[in-house]
Amino acid sequence: MEKVEEIPKETLLEIYKTMHKIRTYEETLAEWYYKGKTPRFDISAGPIPGELHLSSGQESAAVGVCMHLKPEDALIGTHRAHHFAIAKGVDLKKMTAEIFGKATGLSRGKGGHMHLFDANVNFSCSGIVGASFPQAVGVGIAAKLKGEDYVAVAVGGDGAANQGTFHEALNLAAIWKLPVIFVIEDNSWAISVPKEKSTAVAKNSERAAGYGIPGVSVDGADVIAVYEVAKEAVERARRGEGPSLIEIKVYRLRGHFEGDPQHYRPKEDLELARQKDPLMNFEKLLLEKGIATEDELNKIKEENIREVQEAIDFAVNSPYPEPEEALKGVFAGGE
Amino acid sequence: MARKLPMYKAISEAIAQEMERDENVFVMGEDIGAYGGIFGATTGLLEKFGPERVRDTPISEAAFIGAALGAASKGMRPIVELMFVDFFGVAMDQIYNHIAKAHYMSGGQVKMPVVIMTAMGGGYSDAAQHSQCLYGLFAHVPGLKIVIPSNSYDAKGLMISAIRDDNPVMYFFHKGLMGLGWMPSPPEATVEVPEEPYTVPIGEAKVVKEGSDVTIVGVAKMVYEALWAAEELEKEGIGAEVIDLRTLVPVDKKTLLNSVKKTGRLVVVDEDYRSYGMSGEVIATVVENGISLEAPPVRVAYPDVPVPYSRVLERYVLPDKEKIINAVKSIM
Repeated sequence: MEKVEEIPKETLLEIYKTMHKIRTYEETLAEWYYKGKTPRFDISAGPIPGELHLSSGQESAAVGVCMHLKPEDALIGTHRAHHFAIAKGVDLKKMTAEIFGKATGLSRGKGGHMHLFDANVNFSCSGIVGASFPQAVGVGIAAKLKGEDYVAVAVGGDGAANQGTFHEALNLAAIWKLPVIFVIEDNSWAISVPKEKSTAVAKNSERAAGYGIPGVSVDGADVIAVYEVAKEAVERARRGEGPSLIEIKVYRLRGHFEGDPQHYRPKEDLELARQKDPLMNFEKLLLEKGIATEDELNKIKEENIREVQEAIDFAVNSPYPEPEEALKGVFAGGE
Repeated sequence: MARKLPMYKAISEAIAQEMERDENVFVMGEDIGAYGGIFGATTGLLEKFGPERVRDTPISEAAFIGAALGAASKGMRPIVELMFVDFFGVAMDQIYNHIAKAHYMSGGQVKMPVVIMTAMGGGYSDAAQHSQCLYGLFAHVPGLKIVIPSNSYDAKGLMISAIRDDNPVMYFFHKGLMGLGWMPSPPEATVEVPEEPYTVPIGEAKVVKEGSDVTIVGVAKMVYEALWAAEELEKEGIGAEVIDLRTLVPVDKKTLLNSVKKTGRLVVVDEDYRSYGMSGEVIATVVENGISLEAPPVRVAYPDVPVPYSRVLERYVLPDKEKIINAVKSIM
C-alpha cells in the first residue's frame, strides 16, 4: 500500500466508504435471509427466498475496479455480484427491493438476487458461470464501432476461468483490440472444488500470455493495490490499447451460498480469510497512517448503516408485484 | 428388506451398487466429490470409491461432458452430472450433436452408454436461470433417452437401468423431490426402496391412480399435484386416472392410449414450458392414434415466460393442484 499517500484523502475515504457499505449491506442481508428460515432451514421460506451468494471479504475487488468506472462503462458480474453492483452505483433501494421480490425492485421482482440489471449505470450480472466474458466483448465492439470511450469489465470467479467462454472471449478481445477488462475474482473455491484441483496454472493472470495481452495478479487484501492495477487496465482500454486480464486474490468470508455448511473447507482457510479481510486491513491502514481519525470513520459507518437500513425499509415496505405481472414483458414492444 | 429412502440417497445407492458391480462405471461433475453433489445424488461415493472414479471437475461442462463420449467409446460407462439443467447451454454441442448421434452416425459402430444426470425444477425463487425443467428440449433430439423419476423407488430402479443401457440417458431429478433437508419435498416421494439392486424399465409409464372420467398425465413433482387434484375431484364425484410417464423417450404409448380410451378426457400437466414441448407431444400422440375424446384436451403447463423470481409471480405461473382441478372441471 506504498502508493496510498499519493492518492487524495477524499478518494481514500470514498474507497473506505464503499467497502464498508458493501460489508454492512451483506451482513444485514444475511440477517434478513435467515428470518423465517429458523429453526429449520428451508431455502424457499422467509422474506428473501431462493439462493443468496454474499460477497463479504471480496469488497476490494469491486471497489478497486469500479472507482475507475463511469456510469456509461459496462460491468457484467456473476451470481455473486452485490459488491460490484454497489460499487458500480446500482440503486441500492431498488436492488434491495428486487432481492425481496418486490414490485419496486430493479426488475419488478422478475430477476432476483442473481439477475440484477440497472441500465442507468450499465450493470448486469447472471447466474451462469462464465457468461460475462463474451458479453463484455460485445460492449467493447460497440464502443469501437460507435467511436466512444466507454469500457467493459467482465467479472468471473476463478472457476469461471475454466469455461470455454473465458478463453474464446480473451482471444476475440485481443485480436480486435477491444476496450475490455477481464477480472478474475479468485476466492480459491468453485463451490467446494479448490482452485488447485481445478486450474492447471497457479495464477489465472498467466493465461493472458496465451492471448498476447497483459495479465496481472494482485492481492485483494490490499485494496490500494487493486485500485492501482485496475487504473492501469482501464486507462489502457480507454487509450485504445486493448484488453487486460486482472486476477484479484480474494477470500470468501462466508459459504458459497447462505446455508452452505462448508464441510469441505479447512478451518485454516477461513482463518486466512479473516486475516486477509480487506476492509479491516484498510481501516487499520487509514488509522495507522493518520489519514483518517476514528471519528471520521465512525461518521462514515453511521451513514452507511443508515443508508442500508433505508434500503431494507424500502424493500420491506414495498408491495409485492401483481401476480399477472409474471406474464408480461417477455418481448419488447408490447405485452 | 425395504426401508424408506429419500430420492437423493436412492440415487447415490444405485450408482454405488453399479460401481461395485461394474468397474467401468465412474462419475464426473462439479462438486460431486467432497460435497456429494449439490442435490446429494453422489453422497458418500468419494469415500467409497476414491477420486479416480468419483472425479470432481472444473466448471468446464463442454470438456467433461464431451469427455464422457470419449470414455464411453472405450468401453467405460460414465455418469456425468450437469449441476442444474439450466446450465446445459455451455455443453449442448457435446450432448446433442455428439453423444446423441454417435451411434447413429457411426452406423452402429459406436455405443454411448452415458448417463447425464441433472437437477431441474423451481418453486423456491431461484429465478429464470436456475428453475427450468427443459426436458422437452432434450426429448426433441433423436438419440437421447429421457427419464424423470418421481419417487425414490423409481429413482433407484431408473438409475440402474440408465447405467446399464447402451444408449445415452438423460436422467432428470426434480430438486423438490430429492428429500433434502433444506428443500421441501412431498413426503410421498420418499418411499420404500429395496436394498438389493433392481431395475425399473426405461419406457414404462405407471398408472399411479385409477379413474374412469379423465386421464391426468405428468412427470416428477407434477405427479403429486395431479394426485392431490384427483383426491379433491374424487370428493366431487370425478374419477381421475393419474399417469406418471416416468420416461419421455421412449414414451409408453400403450399405457397412455389405454387410459385415454377408457376415460375419454385428457389433461397434461407440465412444469416445462407450454409450447413445443411434452404437453403437445402427449396430446399429439393421443390424437394421432385416433382416440376419440369427449372434450378437447387441456394443458396445464408453464406459460411461455421465463421463471420469475418473486414468490408471488412464480406461484402464479407454476402449475399446481388448483390449476389442474380447474382444467379438469373445464372439460367435464
